[in-house]
Amino acid sequence: MPRYSRQQLKDHFAEARQFLNRTILALILIAIFTGTTITRLVYLQVIENPHYTTLSDDNRVKITPITPTRGLIYDRNGVILAENLPSYRLEIIPEQAGNMDALLEQLATLVEINDDHIKRFQKALKRKRSFQATPLRFLLSDEEVARIAAIQHRLPGVRITADLTRHYPLGSPLAHVVGYMSRIDERDLKRVDNTNYSASTHIGKTGIEKHYEDVLHGQVGLQQVETNAQGRVMRILNKTPPVPGKNLHLTLDTNLQKLAEELFNSERGSLVAIDPNNGEILAMVSTPGFDPNAFVNGISHVDYNKLREDPAQPLYNRTLLGRYPPGSIIKPFIGLVGLQSRVTNEHHELFCPGYYLLEGEERKFRDWKKTGHGIVDLDQAIAQSCDVYFYDLALNLGIDRIAPFLFNFGFGQLTGIDMPVENAGLLPSREWKRATRGQAWYPGETLNTGIGQGFLLSTPLQLASATATLAMRGKRVQPHLLRHIEQEPVSPESSYLLPGVSDVSRHHWDYIIKSMEHVVSHHQGTAKYIHTDQYDIAGKTGTAQVFGIKQEEKYEAEKIVKRLHDHALFIGFAPVRKPRIAVAVIVENGGSGGRVASPIVGQLIKRYMQDSSS
Amino acid sequence: MKVRLDEKSGHYGSGMPALDRLLWRIHMDLPLMLALVLLSAVGLFILYSASGENIQTLYRQATRIGLGLTAMFFMAQISPQSWKRWTPRVYITGIILLVAVIIFGDTSKGAQRWLDLGLIKFQPSELMKLALPMMVAWFLSEKPLPPRMRNLLVCTVIIIVPVVMVAKQPDLGTSLLIAAAGLFTLYLAGLNLRLLMASLVGAGVMAYPVWEYVLRDYQKQRIMTFLNPENDPLGSGYHIIQSKIAVGSGGVYGKGWLNGTQSQLDFLPERNTDFIFAVFTEEFGFIGAILLFTLYLFVILRGLYIAVQAQDTYSRLLAGSLSLTFFVYVFVNTGMVIGLLPVVGVPLPLVSYGGTSIVTLMASFGLLMSIHTHRKLLSP
Repeated sequence: MPRYSRQQLKDHFAEARQFLNRTILALILIAIFTGTTITRLVYLQVIENPHYTTLSDDNRVKITPITPTRGLIYDRNGVILAENLPSYRLEIIPEQAGNMDALLEQLATLVEINDDHIKRFQKALKRKRSFQATPLRFLLSDEEVARIAAIQHRLPGVRITADLTRHYPLGSPLAHVVGYMSRIDERDLKRVDNTNYSASTHIGKTGIEKHYEDVLHGQVGLQQVETNAQGRVMRILNKTPPVPGKNLHLTLDTNLQKLAEELFNSERGSLVAIDPNNGEILAMVSTPGFDPNAFVNGISHVDYNKLREDPAQPLYNRTLLGRYPPGSIIKPFIGLVGLQSRVTNEHHELFCPGYYLLEGEERKFRDWKKTGHGIVDLDQAIAQSCDVYFYDLALNLGIDRIAPFLFNFGFGQLTGIDMPVENAGLLPSREWKRATRGQAWYPGETLNTGIGQGFLLSTPLQLASATATLAMRGKRVQPHLLRHIEQEPVSPESSYLLPGVSDVSRHHWDYIIKSMEHVVSHHQGTAKYIHTDQYDIAGKTGTAQVFGIKQEEKYEAEKIVKRLHDHALFIGFAPVRKPRIAVAVIVENGGSGGRVASPIVGQLIKRYMQDSSS
Repeated sequence: MKVRLDEKSGHYGSGMPALDRLLWRIHMDLPLMLALVLLSAVGLFILYSASGENIQTLYRQATRIGLGLTAMFFMAQISPQSWKRWTPRVYITGIILLVAVIIFGDTSKGAQRWLDLGLIKFQPSELMKLALPMMVAWFLSEKPLPPRMRNLLVCTVIIIVPVVMVAKQPDLGTSLLIAAAGLFTLYLAGLNLRLLMASLVGAGVMAYPVWEYVLRDYQKQRIMTFLNPENDPLGSGYHIIQSKIAVGSGGVYGKGWLNGTQSQLDFLPERNTDFIFAVFTEEFGFIGAILLFTLYLFVILRGLYIAVQAQDTYSRLLAGSLSLTFFVYVFVNTGMVIGLLPVVGVPLPLVSYGGTSIVTLMASFGLLMSIHTHRKLLSP
């Protein structure tokens, strides 16, 4: 038994004692390690508890924004111009759907689903988690919604969601004024408060929608939700409801607006009608228009290019951006400065041979009437639109007297209209020419300015505003589109008042306005076609040259392509003694201001007078 | 003197002498069993919350606990003398099975740990958790103690071979626990403390080639992440950060059962298994953690008490080693959850879901009970 003999060498008692010692040492180590662990727990759970509680809340609590409802836009009579309509989209929650291919096949029998939809859906699917709804189709028709709804219980994971889409019920006639909304892009994100837009998908891109974006948008709401690690919302903890955007009431009269577009009869041009008393814009169209609704849900490239490449430029807002030579429309204003500065008077007469010769220049300054107007005074020079009289008057006045006077009517200045963009036109002066071209001002250029040609350019809105100022005998009001914002105080009329034309005597105003009445009422008046017995209209025709014709050459409309035809213009206001409407119209390449442009204004004034008297 | 001591241990918990005697006859130790059943119950309770109230998970875990208790009962019936006789055979079997794993093993999650025995999958490394301390205790029990140098070298070989094989699987956590079990046996046998210190330093030096050639990338990653978890918050560090948030946000009283947001909302990874302590402390707070530690410490103290009471060297060394290893389990797992130690795959004993570890642990307590109840008492 070698084993036993060996064991006898062992000192059992000493071994047991050593074992006990080692156990006690181990116990001490256990106490130290346990103490370390507990110290660490105290540190984490007691001392650092607030810190970790915050981290834990950061983990689980997410803030999701809620879109505010956008404010509506009405016209002056309460007609709705921009509204929010429910639109339905079809969504699929993948984790509930089961066999996706079979489901898509089944859905294709119920609603229109093309390869494009499927491709976009598959792409979106990859970005989302399986419990998140992925859209398959937008803008379902009512019929499609009904078809899905009828058997929805047999389509697990399929869901129809309603959201609000901006809609412009009147479409084209208001497209340029009201503007449109479209998807927010990166440029928009740079200029808006990103928090406030965190739930918004669309933003006002043009027109009123853009200018009053802040008012219309409202304040984003916030919802505190508890989410799990994958981001799935488990429950709502707290909710701050969004503040809806405010409704706008515009000064526009939808009836006039629609009529104006019709009157253009698909010609290119622009019309602005203003209430001269307070600057309220009653109608403002730029034709051709376009359907603003096409932009809301993303216009296709094909459609967008079609609009962009259309030679009629439907997307171009002629009213605010179009710079046109005012042509003869400028004459009453030149006449007024002539009277005011006593360069001419009521009795001054001049023989018009059909041309005007300027000393030192060989070329003839031609009158539009080749045979001449004979002897004319200022009244007849305006009524018959005699160019020669105004060549002479402008020459005697000089550009230094003309430019500042026109400036007071708003030429060469921004009108300050509540729209995102506008053009200031161009009011030429001696200083302007030197500064921009480094050249001296030539007398011939003064002559051209005298009949509204040459450098002088203005927007249709500027013309309408100047007409309103003329109608109000110098009282100038800033044209504007906003009547009031709901729940906000109405801004007083005086806030729109601008420095006007103050140094013209009442007598001179009456004389010029009378001569503009003759434009319509006189048998030789250039706008005699719109004469009516019911009320007096004061007006002025204009024909702006687009195409320079050589000396001795006759302007023959038939021989020149339509694009090079003259622009037809007309300004007018009524009733003369107590003006209620001032209108400016331009028909691009329309030809004669009297025959083409003035009837549009005549019809519009007629409608307005009828509507407002009944 | 000896008689009094035995009497005292035999009639522990004088309130229930009848039950105590009955359990003694079937080789069960009442205090240890009570503590183990309580721990398992706490484990099921927290697992219900951690698993998202999944009854299936609970059933499977309860089955394992049942299996573990059966193993414990079985182990306890066999006398320590018999176990001692079979020890070399158990150890050799363990080594053979580890070799088999290398050759035929089932690869799961990039690690080769499982042996598919048709009906059940089996982790030979679990067997080694018992076989190794048994083998070292067996070897030393024949030798004069404290062990001589020559015997120490033999022990080192006994320990190193399985530890390296398990580490290569790779299963860092288990190999660490096996190594600890072997070292504890040596320590309790009276290994020169200076020698122990020197060898630990030597192990530190050895760590370099181990780092270079033995550790897999994900293991290195775990250690790197431990050193600076915030460095890589969405990668490997995510576990530790989320775990610390869970523990820290639990506070003194906890968020309440089933109310831990970190665990219930899926922020906490591996919350049924390695990180279940985080769920526990998030929901039951610091007070819960102290109570749980009290239970664990009770089990360890009872185990050491059994070891001190043991009547021969083999039993004494084995019981002491198993108890200290159990502490290592608790310390390593909780230390990893609270960010004191690197993330090594060590479950919280008796509480973490799954694995064969519950069965192995219960079997080791069966050995303790066997040691305790097979003593020759002068007055039974």
